[in-house]
Amino acid sequence: MNHSVVVEVTLRPGIADPEGATIERALPALGFAGVANVRAGKLFRLDVEAASAEEALEKARALAERLLSNPVIEDAHVRLRSS
Amino acid sequence: MTRVGVVVFPGSNCEYDAQSAVDALGAEAQFVWHSTTSLEGFDAVILPGGFAHGDYLRPGALARFSPVMNAVRDFASKGGPVLGICNGFQVLTEAGLLPGALQKNRGLTFLCQPTTLIVTSTSSVLTRAAQLGQELVIPINHFSGSYTCDDETLRQLNDEGRVVLRYRDNPNGSKDDVAGVANEAGNVVGLMPHPERAMSTLLGSADGRVLLEGFLEVGARALR
Repeated sequence: MNHSVVVEVTLRPGIADPEGATIERALPALGFAGVANVRAGKLFRLDVEAASAEEALEKARALAERLLSNPVIEDAHVRLRSS
Repeated sequence: MTRVGVVVFPGSNCEYDAQSAVDALGAEAQFVWHSTTSLEGFDAVILPGGFAHGDYLRPGALARFSPVMNAVRDFASKGGPVLGICNGFQVLTEAGLLPGALQKNRGLTFLCQPTTLIVTSTSSVLTRAAQLGQELVIPINHFSGSYTCDDETLRQLNDEGRVVLRYRDNPNGSKDDVAGVANEAGNVVGLMPHPERAMSTLLGSADGRVLLEGFLEVGARALR
């Protein structure tokens, strides 16, 4: 069975995020006040063939740690995509 | 004659610069396609700059899985001299052969300019012929060149003399001004600047020579 999984990859806390910081600095000029701690990241959608949702998440977690993220600077978070 | 394998990934673009530099120093460079599984017969290996596998996902993230990387790992584990320049440095960190990671530049711009480097350790195959504290003018040409690692790793690198080159005027936000690092044994080195493009004063600088000469000498010793 196919399970639709979302993998979010974000920079670890404490790792500089020049992209997020630049976005944050641009917001007040556009009239969006009161927005802080902007962190930029990546999002992947995958269809994972597995017997159960848990197994699909486990598979996604493994490939997220091996390939989709660089554990030196990034954290990966996996979740099922609500249809 | 010292034989240098220059690894070529789909998307590499500095392999000819590397070849030309190696030739100029009297060694012989041969291109090695990324699907190659052995580096038998080579005395030194260079991973050149470029955009291996399009830099998709992250620079070096996909190149790390190219078959040649197992051969590079074997070559390095036997003490063979390995040099990663720019994208090659990114590949070596992704492959776990060097610590840390390269992030987007602090200013989020592509940087292409001469930089002044300071030799901060001579116990590596790349910096062995240079003088401690020597300043070298070498160009950079990158978007993701901001070196980072955790504080503990940085402390260890500093303590063990493995930060081999630092920027005098940090151009990209690299942690502790790191421009180049070595592995524990000193035979694997990666740096963001391009020593192979600093081979002639006519073209701006010949300061890359002392680095590559030292590197090739290690390869030559392997012949004896």
